[in-house]
Amino acid sequence: MEPTELSMLELGRKLAAGELSSAEVVRACLARVDRLDGRVKAFLRVDREGALAQADAADRRCKDGKRAGLLDGVPVGLKDLFLTEGLPTTAGSRILESFIAPFDATVVKLLRAAGTPILGKLNMDEFAMGSSTENSAYFPTRNPWNLETSPGGSSGGSAAAVSARMVFGALGTDTGGSIRQPAALTGTVGLKPTYGRVSRFGVVAFASSLDQVGPMTRDVPDCAALLQAIAVHDPQDSTSAPVKAPDYLAELETGVRGMKLGLPREYFDLPGMDPEVRSAVEAATRELEKLGAELVPVSLPHTKYALATYYLVAPAEASSNLARYDGVRYGLRVPEKNLLAMYGRTRDKGFGLEVKRRIMLGTYALSAGYYDAYYLKAQKVRTLIKQDFVEAFRTVDAVLSPTSPTPAFRIGEKVSDPLAMYLNDVFTLPCNLAGLPGLSLPCGFTRAGLPIGLQILGRPWDEARVLRIGRTFEREHDFHRRTPPLGAS
Amino acid sequence: MSVADFQPVIGLEVHGQLLTRSKIFCGCSTEFGAPPNANTCAVCLGMPGVLPVLNEKVVELAVRAGRALECRINPVSIWARKNYFYPDLPKGYQISQYDLPLCQHGALEIDTDDGPRRIRILRIHLEEDAGKNVHDAGGGESLVDLNRSGVPLVEIVSEPDLRTSAEAVEYLKGLRDVLVYLGVNDGNLEEGSFRCDANVSVMRKGSTTYGQRVELKNINSFRFVQKAIDYEIGRQVELIESGGKVAQETRLFDAARGETRSMRSKEEAHDYRYFPEPDLPPLRIPPGYVERIERELPELPRAKLHRFIASYGLSAYDAKILVGDRALADLFEKVQAAYGGPSKKLANWFTGELLRLLKEESADLGALRFSAEQFAALLKLVDGGELSNNAAKDVFAEMFRSGRAPGDIAREKGLVQVQDTGAVEAAVDAVLAANPDEVEKYRAGKKQVFGFLVGQVMKAMKGKGNPALVNAALRAKLGD
Repeated sequence: MEPTELSMLELGRKLAAGELSSAEVVRACLARVDRLDGRVKAFLRVDREGALAQADAADRRCKDGKRAGLLDGVPVGLKDLFLTEGLPTTAGSRILESFIAPFDATVVKLLRAAGTPILGKLNMDEFAMGSSTENSAYFPTRNPWNLETSPGGSSGGSAAAVSARMVFGALGTDTGGSIRQPAALTGTVGLKPTYGRVSRFGVVAFASSLDQVGPMTRDVPDCAALLQAIAVHDPQDSTSAPVKAPDYLAELETGVRGMKLGLPREYFDLPGMDPEVRSAVEAATRELEKLGAELVPVSLPHTKYALATYYLVAPAEASSNLARYDGVRYGLRVPEKNLLAMYGRTRDKGFGLEVKRRIMLGTYALSAGYYDAYYLKAQKVRTLIKQDFVEAFRTVDAVLSPTSPTPAFRIGEKVSDPLAMYLNDVFTLPCNLAGLPGLSLPCGFTRAGLPIGLQILGRPWDEARVLRIGRTFEREHDFHRRTPPLGAS
Repeated sequence: MSVADFQPVIGLEVHGQLLTRSKIFCGCSTEFGAPPNANTCAVCLGMPGVLPVLNEKVVELAVRAGRALECRINPVSIWARKNYFYPDLPKGYQISQYDLPLCQHGALEIDTDDGPRRIRILRIHLEEDAGKNVHDAGGGESLVDLNRSGVPLVEIVSEPDLRTSAEAVEYLKGLRDVLVYLGVNDGNLEEGSFRCDANVSVMRKGSTTYGQRVELKNINSFRFVQKAIDYEIGRQVELIESGGKVAQETRLFDAARGETRSMRSKEEAHDYRYFPEPDLPPLRIPPGYVERIERELPELPRAKLHRFIASYGLSAYDAKILVGDRALADLFEKVQAAYGGPSKKLANWFTGELLRLLKEESADLGALRFSAEQFAALLKLVDGGELSNNAAKDVFAEMFRSGRAPGDIAREKGLVQVQDTGAVEAAVDAVLAANPDEVEKYRAGKKQVFGFLVGQVMKAMKGKGNPALVNAALRAKLGD
């Protein structure tokens, strides 16, 4: 078996046993990138020298009996909005094309401490705004399962790289589904942790009250292990909770017997839901029932307002967060004779269409005279959506649903219809609005061979249970073991 | 009709820099005068992905100011983003407080022509300062210095309770005194660490509805506050009287011309798109926190002023001078305690010699070389007749420079008055014996001769005779 077929934890064990070296695994990954990424286009930048140097250091630690942990020496990739000292960080945007951060994001520091060589920076929708990675200012990424289709987004590069076995795991960010939807579309596992679980310091912001960093991996145990490495309180992020993370691997294999799992009516009766997605997810829920869980119908009545709420809150915050890209201190500047013209031309040239659309939406929602009707109203509905979940979690331990209403769609299919694109996130948005943890894992394939994702939403800080439910399903199948049909080259 | 027919209505918005060592949301120094952009980091430069972390000292200082100004301290207050584009504003928004500020509903008492009056304070909120643009750098380029970016400020907003420019100045001085007393602000208008904007409107006397208000900016001295407001009152009255209407606008005070001119109209006013700052949780004041700070509040300037007048019997004029500087007032009380003599006499030494020397030597009260006890000892020497008032001034000047004991200085300079009655009597005898004609004239009723005889005795004693003793001895010997 190729070393790149292993999971993170399997590779970690082989590295610890001296059966493989991190350097040879990094070289195998780089060879795979060379062979496949011309077609997949997951990477914005490959850091060969950096990754090899980090692998050598990991191998030395291993030799000295000083491995940093389970993941020491296991190569990973980073969505290109994590600041990396000395390595460009573009956020998928022209406006940051030349930007090199002067420091590492907190999660990058944590990964370096865990010993994972960082293979490179992965493609994304510009500023994480999008669901297909087509909004990258550089190029769209392709779904390894069918190169004509999208890997989803905005963490599409991360999902594609993990799916194509070019990295063992990756970090993404999820503001409205940007980890879970691409995970579902590429047959990988992705977790959005509870808001406040993982530091946002050094992560290019999209919508501050919704953004959360999370792991993207091949299977659930890897997801738990990678989460463990980054779920650390950070005093530099005032929204990072001073709550100690539990051992996410400890109870992973203990099953779902006695758990109550909620099936929200509103998440299955959506018009436009792909019938194959629906039947695969329903089959998965029945299977969890067979494995000992009790299925309980629940209602999340305000779900129907989640999309509208999200598209007021997220653009409003984004319009403010993106004001700093003004050509004054870093990034792109289009020289002009006066200040206003410089601002205008810089931002016109630096930002893509979707980013401009959202800045305008958000600016409008916050404007004098409109604030109460839009932003304030959206915040009130957000509270109602949260309360829906509080109510549901009185009776159930987790909520099950499809991750995305459809499998991977063709590149170009939705790019000119933003509303159709936004609808792709209808199942993932409420989780961000409510600040909950949400997992997506493979639960089947369409007849055309495209992956389907099951979403598990949990109570705040209950990632361990969400992962345990996912693992209980996962080990009954080989969905996560299947590899995309990428051929030799 | 004239200005006298109109009632001006004035409110002030004061920005004060909080005296912290580091900035409000990062660890950078707040030191004034560092090379451009030396006191900056990723956070206050607004790099991608950075997040604010609140400096706790800022809250402590603001609560101190809030309680001293009789405000309610909100147990929960909210951070907000004020959005606008400007090169000196790195994030494109300023973190401030909007809907729910830290302090509300306070007051500051001031003296007016009609007696003391409470000026209500609407709110005090926290915010970060912006940097500054430098336009005369040459090469046609503008430069940006972000050393001030993230420096902590309080904004203190008064209700429109002020009625004259003189009251506005009185309020502003009172506010500054309080903040400086609290150690919250250095009160420096020129360096911009204490800044003031004024809202000014006029209405016809007897009217109950306020006129259209105009905001005045760039007023950076007490004198300018008065000038800018007076100019603006005159401009508005003239406008109304000539049939015009006051427009809602922001005007800039031009100190060189002594006038205000339009900076931006209502139509050009910014829409700041305030919304709650998602990167900072609400500011929560723990139970007991406000009470602890209250216990540590010093006596405030007005209370001290009243006490100085009441318990030391000082004139309002002297008391105001002493209380104007907390360190000066503290020193006065220390010296008075050690001295125990008449306070008025000590106050004269303070307002006279001490302030004069401080000014002449550009010295700092905090770095005086002599002690309160030495100061008191000097006064006791005068009271005890060992030093003349004039000689004491010389001794004080030397004490001020060297910090040596007043008795030592007086002895060394030979300034100690002769207290020995025997020596005085011997000198008197000698003078009387040497001037029999004058003694005769005196006894014949020519009393003016007494002054001449005193002068002769003093001359004989080389000026060191205690005048009281000399007088008494002369009278006794002359048989009065």
